[in-house]
Amino acid sequence: MALLDIKNLRLEFGSGPGAVRAVDGISLRLEGGKTLCLVGESGSGKSVTALSIAKLVASPPARYVGGEILLEGRDVLKMSARELRSIRGGVVSYVFQEPGASLNPVFRIGAQIKESLKLHRPDAATDAEVVRLLKLVGIPAPESRLRNYPHEMSGGMQQRVMIAMALASQPKLLVADEPTTALDVTIQAQIIELLGDLRRQLGMAILLITHNLGIVGDLADDVAVMYAGQIVENGPAREVLSRPLHPYTRALIQSVPELGSEVERLTAIPGTVPLPGDFPGGCRFHPRCPKAQPACATQVPELLTVADSRKVRCPYSGSEISTLKSEAVL
Amino acid sequence: MNLLEIQNLKVHFPVQQRLFGGVKEFVRAVDDVSFSIAPGETVGLVGESGCGKTTLGRAVIKLVEPTSGRIVFEGEDIASLSGPELRARRRRFQMIFQDPIGSLDPRFIVADIIGEALDIHRLAAGAAARTQRIEALLKAVGLAPSHAQRYPHEFSGGQRQRIGIARALAVEPQLIVCDEPVSALDVSVQAQIVNLLQDLQRERGIAYLFVAHDLAVVKHISHRILVMYLGRIVEAGEARSLCRSPKHPYTQALLSAVPVVDPDAKRRRIVLTGDVPSPIHPPGGCPFHPRCPVAVARCKTEVPPLRELGPGRQAACHLAT
Repeated sequence: MALLDIKNLRLEFGSGPGAVRAVDGISLRLEGGKTLCLVGESGSGKSVTALSIAKLVASPPARYVGGEILLEGRDVLKMSARELRSIRGGVVSYVFQEPGASLNPVFRIGAQIKESLKLHRPDAATDAEVVRLLKLVGIPAPESRLRNYPHEMSGGMQQRVMIAMALASQPKLLVADEPTTALDVTIQAQIIELLGDLRRQLGMAILLITHNLGIVGDLADDVAVMYAGQIVENGPAREVLSRPLHPYTRALIQSVPELGSEVERLTAIPGTVPLPGDFPGGCRFHPRCPKAQPACATQVPELLTVADSRKVRCPYSGSEISTLKSEAVL
Repeated sequence: MNLLEIQNLKVHFPVQQRLFGGVKEFVRAVDDVSFSIAPGETVGLVGESGCGKTTLGRAVIKLVEPTSGRIVFEGEDIASLSGPELRARRRRFQMIFQDPIGSLDPRFIVADIIGEALDIHRLAAGAAARTQRIEALLKAVGLAPSHAQRYPHEFSGGQRQRIGIARALAVEPQLIVCDEPVSALDVSVQAQIVNLLQDLQRERGIAYLFVAHDLAVVKHISHRILVMYLGRIVEAGEARSLCRSPKHPYTQALLSAVPVVDPDAKRRRIVLTGDVPSPIHPPGGCPFHPRCPVAVARCKTEVPPLRELGPGRQAACHLAT
């Protein structure tokens, strides 16, 4: 049994004909101890998907229209308020983008971490345990940091505190939503390294949400690429990055300048990211796709399974698929 | 002749220690920086947040008052100019900001956002000429003439950045300071703006000071790169050679921290410990020594000068060769 198994999740904001479907048929699987990266741009629905794992998207305004979110085999969407409280933190913990906005500015960080301990592991709600957690996330001189307020720490240190707080309840799944986007690149490298170490030490699974494909290669076992509320490509991270099948994944990789390469001109993706509620008909990427066919404007592509454990939502990535298959045979 | 010549520029901000007077301390946001920009050249300025790169970018075009030093623009020192004299020269240098929505007046239609610059510098005689110029500018940045009648909120992030660029272009500047122009944009849109900036440079010979924290983007667009740390330039050089063989340990760490998409590119990553120190109390000696993986005793006491290491390459490190 997978730790997390999302099946055909659909989520809308608003109701009636004006309803905006932000997540449209997402299916994801994450085994215990593995790392899955959810990659997408703004408005792709990646954060809403991540939040819905603990049913954190308030309803209303959101409506869970359909699908299942199986966490350890139990459907989150059918849980009572009491059950939800026990899985929030207990099974799945979150780390968000802006550590400064997630920490309470008027409490010392020691007290904030202890609050999480009191809720989930009351016996362990001691200074000693808080110090152990701070040490675990690599905060130097943790004993003296206990009494710090969030504003006395740098962004990178605040994010470590957030991670310590998320780990306090010993979750099986850590959801990190753009955890390094607000941080400098040197600090980003520290946090990514920390997440990798923690996963090895504690054996927890990580769902990492990011728009930065560079991070994916460092951490992920699997990657799912989202565009306009749908998954367009899914597979093992190494394979997706080195041989992307969907035109969007490929364009995304090509549009980011690389330090190692020396191209004169970047391959830009024309147009803009469509807003939820304004997704084009047919294939949602067709207005920006360099390989679009006339049929793309009308036919909605399915998420096809190609080769082993690779899925792609484009019927025209044919040549690439055939080479993949022949290699798989060899 | 260089378009812009910065000599020993310092920008120090006072920090009040006590409520009433008391001893003042200073944030040395920019501390003794010198560099130059040739016509039509792109100079990239990189560093972590708090290193002073934005302050330097603003001080260069006098949006922040420099404490001391010379800013020689087209042979004339503008560091001490103010009022109408400065305004007259503002036509020659413009700025593009990070947050395209925060830098466009929400109550103005696009035609007036761009037209305001034309009006201030009296660059269009009559309404017809003004409309014509605005349409030409919109076309130059890849927007349609019909967009002129719309408000900023009707555009996407990338389009807003195009409007910001059109406004900067309106006065036909020789230099544009770009402060993180793509970091607020979606990944798939960033490349459009980078390409647009490069096209405009080719067509019009504009020089850019490109301030950003994303080294890969900076390397792609720049001819030369300056690396800043705690208000000082620690390394400067031709973009490709600097990225291929960085001399300063800080540049090496910064480059190794840049995430790469290719999963097979296994590199030795230098993970720096700790954060950027406070610019109010910078460490003695080399400001980088507390985080430097190769620091020796000398680094704690002696400030390394920015010295020539090869053609066009400078680094401020005792150990660099």
